[in-house]
Amino acid sequence: METCDTATHARIAEHAYRIRRYALQMGEVQGQGYVGQALGYADVLATAYCHAMNFKPEDPEWEGRDRFLLSHGHYAIAHYAALIEAGILPEEELETYGSDDSRLPMSGMATYTPGMEISGGSLGQGLPIAVGIALGLRLKGNPAFVYNSMSDGELDEGSTWEAALGAAHHGLANLICLVDINNQQADGPSSKVMGFEPLADKWAAFGWHVQRVNGNDLPAVIAAFDAARQLPDARPRVILVDTLMGKGVPFLETREKNHFIRVDPPEWQQAIEILDQAQGAAR
Amino acid sequence: MNATTKPRLKTSAMIASIASEGQRVKAAPFGHALVELARQRPEIVGLTADLAKYTDLHLFAQACPERFFQMGMAEQLLMASAGGMAKEGFVPFATTYAVFGTRRAFDFVHQVIAEENLNVKMCCALPGLTTGYGPSHQAAEDLALVRAIPGMTIVDPCDALDTEQAVPAIAAHKGPVYMRLLRGNVPLVLDEYDYKFELGKAKMLRDGRDVLVISSGILTMRALEVAKALQADSVDVGVLHVPTIKPLDTATIIAEASRSGRLVVVAENHTVIGGLGEAVATALLTAGITPPFRQIALPDAFLDAGALPTLHDRYGISTEAMIQTIKGWLG
Repeated sequence: METCDTATHARIAEHAYRIRRYALQMGEVQGQGYVGQALGYADVLATAYCHAMNFKPEDPEWEGRDRFLLSHGHYAIAHYAALIEAGILPEEELETYGSDDSRLPMSGMATYTPGMEISGGSLGQGLPIAVGIALGLRLKGNPAFVYNSMSDGELDEGSTWEAALGAAHHGLANLICLVDINNQQADGPSSKVMGFEPLADKWAAFGWHVQRVNGNDLPAVIAAFDAARQLPDARPRVILVDTLMGKGVPFLETREKNHFIRVDPPEWQQAIEILDQAQGAAR
Repeated sequence: MNATTKPRLKTSAMIASIASEGQRVKAAPFGHALVELARQRPEIVGLTADLAKYTDLHLFAQACPERFFQMGMAEQLLMASAGGMAKEGFVPFATTYAVFGTRRAFDFVHQVIAEENLNVKMCCALPGLTTGYGPSHQAAEDLALVRAIPGMTIVDPCDALDTEQAVPAIAAHKGPVYMRLLRGNVPLVLDEYDYKFELGKAKMLRDGRDVLVISSGILTMRALEVAKALQADSVDVGVLHVPTIKPLDTATIIAEASRSGRLVVVAENHTVIGGLGEAVATALLTAGITPPFRQIALPDAFLDAGALPTLHDRYGISTEAMIQTIKGWLG
């Protein structure tokens, strides 16, 4: 696999840093949230929104845009951070996160937020919706891609595999599925809740082009996105990304893993300072 | 006819068609109407879950193969991908059986399609008690389920004419629609009446002084037969056909039920719970209208397997059973 150039790496790393920072700021507003997942997934979102995808920030419904479906609506905090970084949402709005009448509800919904393509959160719905969007784009002759972003917990849902069959059957080369493997579900580690390995083999057996990368290894993530987009192949593509919850904030990386990572009130600012120092040193 | 001399019917009786012997029928009114409409509207697409042949969608698949999408026996994928195509500006007609479209795919209909008010037309065959296969295939509660979904438009056509007129009407409506689908050789009844399907409108098919039957779907066909039969006994039965279950034409229903001296009977091919009967009762009570009120509907039970004519008799929705029931109420 080719790796990206140093300048691209540095640019996307800067975006990922800011996505992490926005997520922590929103977490502090609510005093909780899926911030562990957001920190873990920030490199993938930065690559999607600041490297791979076509869109117009001032026109979130532009017909030519690549569609990004947040199937795991719980990751809204991460997605809002990416939408802010992409210029689709204003930064000032993050302080309304999860509040009454906010456009940024705790679980992502298409009817609330510009740039939010679907109402996720009822897990296992994003990929079958993506199949319909991909069929629709192809029928219109629209060359845009549809990305479905999902969690590893959604691998338990039967509808995910209905859609995996359907996407391969219909040869949906314009469909890219991202699976965030942080090995953490509501009731514990995914391997204990409902084991899904060998995962790459499963997707390959369903007829997909499969890549599995460390989702916090930015050059690898960037190269995987590039490969998925450039592949001259009639198969749908899946990128399996292994991520570390809390990535970028060592005291959260090592904290006992739960669906929610516990963050005490003074720790939000401490976490932001750690991110700032690390990024300052990287520059 | 004496019950003991009745031939024992087989489950296959009336499987291909709900028409009774000798009844006028029209073949595949849904499929032909959709093909006709698709010629004028290129944004119409058809999707099914391995039931094109059994929902008359195969006619569309033959006429417009590039706009037909087979989703396999996967109803969650069917409903969600139909939602995805609607998001891209298409008008998807998604077909399956009513049990699978509602019970199996409910959250996908609720969350993907209805919550975003997507323009998907779910056309689901074997509604209510229209198969003798038992509860696995009998959608006795389909209306109750979809009625509970905000923003859902629900259509329960009576016959072939109703069905073919409803197709362009639901396509013209912006938003999700659940339509009960009559497939195969579908009875043709309403052409004898001064009737035209209008979405959201209840229509008086015939007036009557003694009884007002408020009905939808195939029970309107039965109610009209009941009305003709009871004429011989000097019982005057009016029939108000309510093909749109939601939004309900409460103005017409209240106006007709307000006329004094009539027994009001709501007749539906659906469980007594959550269908037209309860919807009408709520509308009348809320308006302070309290006529004598009865329901003809399926019981709150898992229904038997068997031949449809037998089952319709057993559960009181055959023409003969309805006649006896109404006579009993009139005393």
